[in-house]
Parts: sequence; C-alpha cells; structure tokens
Amino acid sequence: MNALKGFSAPIVAGVVLCGLWQGVLSLFNPEGFVLPAPSEIVGALIDNWDDVYQGTRITGFVVVSGLIAGIILGVLAALLVTRFRTANETITPLAVAINAIPIVALAPIFNNWFGLTSPRSNQAIVVALVFFPIFINTTRGLTQVDRSQVELMESYAASRSRITREVRIPNAMPFFFTALKLATSLALIAAIVAEYFGGRQDALGPMITQSAGLTRYDDAWAAVLAGTAIGAVLYIVVTVLERVAMPWHSLIRSHREET
Amino acid sequence: MNEVPSQGEEMSTGEAAPTSETEAKRVIDIRGATKVFNPGKSNQVEALAEVDLAVEPGEFVTLIGPSGCGKSTLLRLIAALIPPSTGSVEVNAKPAEQARLDRDYGMAFQTAGLFDWRTVTKNIELPLELMGWSRGDRRGRAKEMLELVKLAEFANHHPSELSGGMQQRVAIARALSFSPALLLMDEPFGALDEMTREHMQDELLRIWKETATTVVFVTHSIPEAVYLSTRVLVMSPRPGNIASIIDVDLGERRGATRDDPAFFKKVTEVRVALRKVEE
Repeated sequence: MNALKGFSAPIVAGVVLCGLWQGVLSLFNPEGFVLPAPSEIVGALIDNWDDVYQGTRITGFVVVSGLIAGIILGVLAALLVTRFRTANETITPLAVAINAIPIVALAPIFNNWFGLTSPRSNQAIVVALVFFPIFINTTRGLTQVDRSQVELMESYAASRSRITREVRIPNAMPFFFTALKLATSLALIAAIVAEYFGGRQDALGPMITQSAGLTRYDDAWAAVLAGTAIGAVLYIVVTVLERVAMPWHSLIRSHREET
Repeated sequence: MNEVPSQGEEMSTGEAAPTSETEAKRVIDIRGATKVFNPGKSNQVEALAEVDLAVEPGEFVTLIGPSGCGKSTLLRLIAALIPPSTGSVEVNAKPAEQARLDRDYGMAFQTAGLFDWRTVTKNIELPLELMGWSRGDRRGRAKEMLELVKLAEFANHHPSELSGGMQQRVAIARALSFSPALLLMDEPFGALDEMTREHMQDELLRIWKETATTVVFVTHSIPEAVYLSTRVLVMSPRPGNIASIIDVDLGERRGATRDDPAFFKKVTEVRVALRKVEE
C-alpha cells in the first residue's frame, strides 16, 4: 500500500475539477454542444459500455503489446551498443535517423503493409515510437557510470558481464524508468492516432472519429475518457514498478528532501 | 633505508637487512616504467618517464606532486588498471596484472564509489561475493569491518543516508574486507572537511597498524603526506617522475604530533622539494 502513497491528492483535485466543470457548464452552456458536462459523458459511457469496453480492450492491447515489444528492443539495443563498439557505430546513427522520421505520419503506409484492418500496423507505430526514448536513455544509464565504481570492480578482477550486472544495470534503472514514463504516454498517443487511420474499427480511435463525425460529442468524450483510464493505469503500474525495482532510489529522494 | 615499523608476527620478516631475500619480498617493484597516453596521435601525453620504485612490506608511502604529475597514473599502473607502455611493474613478486587477478590489493578512491543500490553491509561484502565467500562468512567479516571503522550501527543503512566521512570509512572497510596485504588509495580524503579529514587520518593509521597492511597513498596535502607516511615521494610533472624521496620518522602519531616542531620541519622539507619541482 505504501507504493500507492501520494495518489490521493491528485484524485481529490480531479474530483473538484470535474465538479467545477459540471457547475460552470450548467450555468453558462446548457446546450452541451461544444463541451458536454461530466454527467453527460458518464451517461454516454454507461449507455455505450459494451462498445467502450471492447474499444478499451483493443486499444489497450495495442498500447501494452507495443510498449513491451518497444521496451525489449530498446533495452536489447542499449545492451548491445554498450557492449560492442561496432554495434554502437551501426545502431546509434540508425536509431537517430529513425527518430527523425515523424513516425505517426507513417500510419497510412503501415496500413498498406500490414493490412488496413489489422492492429499490427498500429502496434508497429507504437513500437517504433517507444523504442527511441528507451534505447537512448538506457544507453546513457549503462554508459554514464561512476568511473571509480568500474575501476573498483576491475580491481577485484570482476568479469565484464559482472560489471554490467553490478554497476551498469543498477545505474541505468533511473534512466530507464524516466524513459518508460515518457514512453507510456507516447505509446497511448501513438496507438489512438494510428487507429484514426486504420486497424480494427471497434478500437477507441475510430470510435472517437466516428462519434465526432456524427456530432455525438458525449460518445467521443466517453472514448477519450476510456483512453485516459488506460494512460492512468499504465502510469500507476510504472510508478509502482519503479518503487519496487529501485527501493534505494526513493530513499535517496526522501533523504535529499530532508536535508 | 627508512625504518620499517614492527607490526606483529606477519611483518617480522620485513625488518631483515636489505639483501636479495628482502628484494623478493617487496610488495611493489617498479623498474623503468613509462606511460604514454594516445601514442602516435596529436594528443599524445607522456604521463610517466622511467619510474623506479620499491616498496617494502609495512611501509606507508605517499605520492605527492602538482596536478598532472602522474601520481594517479602511477597508482593505476600498480593496480594494473592500465598497463605500462614500457618497463615492468611487479606486485607481490609477480606481474601487476597477475596480482590484480589474484586480488592482492584493495583500492579506495576520492569519491567513495559506494553502490547506492546496496546497503552498507552489502557494499563491504561486494569483494567477498566476487571471491565466492559463503553468505555466513561474508556477514561475519562485514560485521568485523564495520566495527573496525566504527560504523556498526549503520550496517543496514544505504550509503545516501551517511555523511561524506562515513561513506569514506565504508569505502575503506570495503577495501580492507578481504585483508589484502596492499592498500592503494587515490586522494581518499580529498573531498572531506579539515576536521573529518584529520579524524580519518588517525583512523587510517590505527587500521594500518592493526592490520599490518602496506599502503600507497596519493594526496595533494603536504601535512597529510607527512602525518601519514613513513616515506613521501615528491613527483615532478611533464613527464611524471619521482623527483625526491623524503623519509619521515616521527614515531607514533598522536594529536600532539601535528604541533610538533619535527613535524613542521618535515612539512617544510616536503614543501621545498615541491617548489623545486614546480620551477
């Protein structure tokens, strides 16, 4: 439970904000045309529960599977680049070049490759977007180590893989988790925008475009809310993972705050 | 020849007269070692020129000199963290690289270099883990070492919870944990305030006496060099070499030693030698 500490304040703030939203709209905008009130959005959510639930599952799967694949590729590439100079000389410029491509703009092209109604193309977009921040940050964490820690391990005649395990990987953890937080929000944005262009038609992305096209803004907002829920759950999962994986790190932070 | 302080049974042989027998027992034997960084390139640096150095068991040798005089480089040659360009470096009568692989020395740096992700105990156990000690033996030794550096009550703290001086003591405990015959220290007290520093110097001397270790110590501070050492090596820069050797015999160090005229005389002697080097 300790890991969840600190989430209560934003929840209260969110509830207050929704209350204000509802109140202001009921006073000044009874039409509910441009911006539906929270009560209408919740109403739309309940009315369309089955569709929204299905859409959340599909989009959620695209986000999570793309994230996992992107993380695995990014971390593997970072380990390779740190270990082998030739890998560094080939992979790093390539990754930078790929990062220069506006990946989301490739969505229509990927649809052509993977099939217009296949979630594969959406997943590919997510993987491509997640890969770069994970790769760059993890590499930085694996290489920017305290020189004396490495020399110390060498003075103990430790093997290269042992140095990686004892020094480089723990050192890379804060870098990795910073990248992961960035990557989760990127993954969600990438998945929904990619879905605007293709993939399964019962996902959240098409639900938003179709509802908005039919001026059913409360339905569109209900789908946006479901997307927000995916983002929130992912953020909480990452934060809890971070605290479990690096208990010493929160200790450093709390100690710094004290002093 | 400087006096080697008697330090218990193990060291008794170290007091023998200088013969070929003691030569074989030298802890460090460097002959004509040079170090050139980036050879053949435009940024080539001649860091060390033909250094000869012999250290006998039980000595406390300090390397002092202006920045860039190669004192850290010399220490890293002894530790076999870098190879010499020419010449030979022997530690415990074998090539330095073999001594490294045999874990013949412990090392401490200016930054404590503790692992934030390990508790104090686990930090001290690190070399023992690498040497394959059993869990129980590791725990027992870590406990002993923590008592030696007077940090027993911080066994389960993380390094970030300790002060700079305490972290440095943990680093020394870690370096000593596997009882190496040789301790290599690269400005270990450089980042500490003056009071902590003097306290740590006394601690180190106490440990040196109790454990009968040979120490090679790099520093910028003249009083520190004089207070700690049996021998001060003044190094000259560009390329680094040992310019003069000053034997220090102040007997047992006490609080009063720092105010002793004999202490100041040695400090002046080292200062004069350093000035010559700077010119």
